[in-house]
Amino acid sequence: MRYGERTALAGVSFDAAAGELVAVVGSNGAGKTTLLSILAGIQPPTAGSVNRAPSEVGWVPQQPALYSKLSVAENLELFARLEHVPDPRAAVERMLEQTGLRERAAEQIGRLSGGNRQRVNVAIGLLSRPPVLALDEPSTALDPGQRERLWSFIRGLAAEGTSVVFSTHYLGEVQRYASRALVLADGRLLFDGSPEAFLVAAGEQPARDSIADFEDAFVSFLRRRAYQ
Amino acid sequence: MSWLLRKDLLILRRSRLTVALLVVYPIAIALLIGLALSRGPAKPRVAIVNETTPGARVQVGGRSIDVSEYASQLFDQVEAVPSATRAQAIAKIQSGDVLAAVVIPHDIAARLSSDISQAHLEVLYNGDALEQSLVQSSLNSALAQANLGFSEQIQQAAAQAIGLLLRGGNLGVLGAPPNLIGLSQIPPLLRGVIARQPPGPDRAALQRTLAFATFAAQNLTLSKTVLSTISQPIAVHSTLLHGRRTPLNTFAVVVAVSVSLMFVCVLLAAGGVALEREERALARLLRGLISREALLAEKALLAAACALLLAFAMLAGIGAFVSLDWSRVPLWLAALAFGALAFGALGVAIGVLAREVRAASLLAFLLSLPLAFLALVPSGSVAGGLYDAISAVSFVFPFKASLQALDAAVNQASPGLSISVAHLLGLTVLFGALARVGLRRVE
Repeated sequence: MRYGERTALAGVSFDAAAGELVAVVGSNGAGKTTLLSILAGIQPPTAGSVNRAPSEVGWVPQQPALYSKLSVAENLELFARLEHVPDPRAAVERMLEQTGLRERAAEQIGRLSGGNRQRVNVAIGLLSRPPVLALDEPSTALDPGQRERLWSFIRGLAAEGTSVVFSTHYLGEVQRYASRALVLADGRLLFDGSPEAFLVAAGEQPARDSIADFEDAFVSFLRRRAYQ
Repeated sequence: MSWLLRKDLLILRRSRLTVALLVVYPIAIALLIGLALSRGPAKPRVAIVNETTPGARVQVGGRSIDVSEYASQLFDQVEAVPSATRAQAIAKIQSGDVLAAVVIPHDIAARLSSDISQAHLEVLYNGDALEQSLVQSSLNSALAQANLGFSEQIQQAAAQAIGLLLRGGNLGVLGAPPNLIGLSQIPPLLRGVIARQPPGPDRAALQRTLAFATFAAQNLTLSKTVLSTISQPIAVHSTLLHGRRTPLNTFAVVVAVSVSLMFVCVLLAAGGVALEREERALARLLRGLISREALLAEKALLAAACALLLAFAMLAGIGAFVSLDWSRVPLWLAALAFGALAFGALGVAIGVLAREVRAASLLAFLLSLPLAFLALVPSGSVAGGLYDAISAVSFVFPFKASLQALDAAVNQASPGLSISVAHLLGLTVLFGALARVGLRRVE
């Protein structure tokens, strides 16, 4: 993927199995958002391809893409209708149930907390029951409790067979929730494997409960390859 | 596209300030313009100090003119506030009670009658530069009209005196002998006398006198015509070569409605596109939910429909005050619709440049206002090259074409409606294409 003279992504290739939780990590400008944008069909790649049609990929942007003057239910119904979901009202009911926002269905988005907005943001990505869900830094700006609830919801989706690809700066989330990690730097794929395998590759002992160890391993992994 | 339109209407309905502005704006503007056009301008309050003796008259030839007639002509042009003295008038100016004072001096009649010295009026002003300029302009106009009326009376008196000199009779001037011979009667009399004179120096002298009297009578007859020419040296006859003369008040209506159409349409369209960016929904929409063309068309059409309704309501409202030809309503609607479409396209082109509604609104306002002013610059008011540049700029933006279309629809002005509509359609396509190019990349 190129932006003028700059190469944003080069030679990145991966597949995700049903129910797999794939984490995309890397420093700022590594190409995480570009990779997810291509996967979601937001921008076409200058080379290469995605084997899923955009309609088969639910997309959750980094910041909630919602209409603040519409209610939760109105936002869900609008996108359900624009996505030509067969039974829009049933889809809205299903997502209100899944996200636990039934009580807030009539409330305008502008009056919701950041965590609840993000839940609606995720819910819109799931309206058409896509087999693949792409989430760009979904837990940014959420407090620990909201993050916990969000990941519980996402893990539930994966358990039902949805392939989830997410980018994050919280390496603890990779260690805790991801079944696979893709490490990007300057648009290149440096690592593709399980979090445990990443620790080994970084020269650390696997210790899933130690977030600090995983962050140290990530930093030293990049530093050894001359990336900051 | 219909669901996106429903969404925008719902958001618009919930934006109370915007809806209030959309409703109040045309009503307020229509009322203001209607009242301004249906009522004449207010006369400036001016103190009049008439120092002349009551009944003072100017003697011209055998005719006597009352000086108070001059003062009454002046009073018609202003809201006269009589003042006894110059000092009182100055006090009224300083207190702000009046904007100016006119002092008619006591010797005005004597000076007018003297034939050797000019009469003077004293005018005192108050107020800031603009106010002073307006009052000065009104007073100068009033004084010029009063002077013209007065000079016509003097010219009539002078013409009457010349007539008496030519015809003879009683001049009515103190010291003039009664039953004077007229100048035109002298040549036939002299010819009779000369015929009875024997040749010699006396006959030659009488013939020279006859030649002079004939010449003088002919030229004095001419001078009556010359006098009327002097009182109004240039008479203007105007001929309109093409188009239809647009009355100033209906043209003002067309300008006001066009400006409102432009602002509402451009601001709504630009704001509508920018709102999608501000809510970060644009990328989500454009990943297959709606095409870029449909999105731009929806925003432009919604803005155009709102602006069309508002502009028509405004035009109809002003129609209660100003005489408009209601049989031409379909043409008004056509002109407003095509103008709104072009403004909608311009609005979406502006909207794709901005990331938030406030920036889009500011950009739309800053771009639209000078374009409207430029389109109203009349030819001849600026240098030729500059006017050509202004015309070129006005040509590529929709305001002038929209103004011409509405002027043609309301006032049958030239160029015709079809030419302006074709122009507007071209601009709609141009700005629509620019907006589409601007929306090519979405982050």
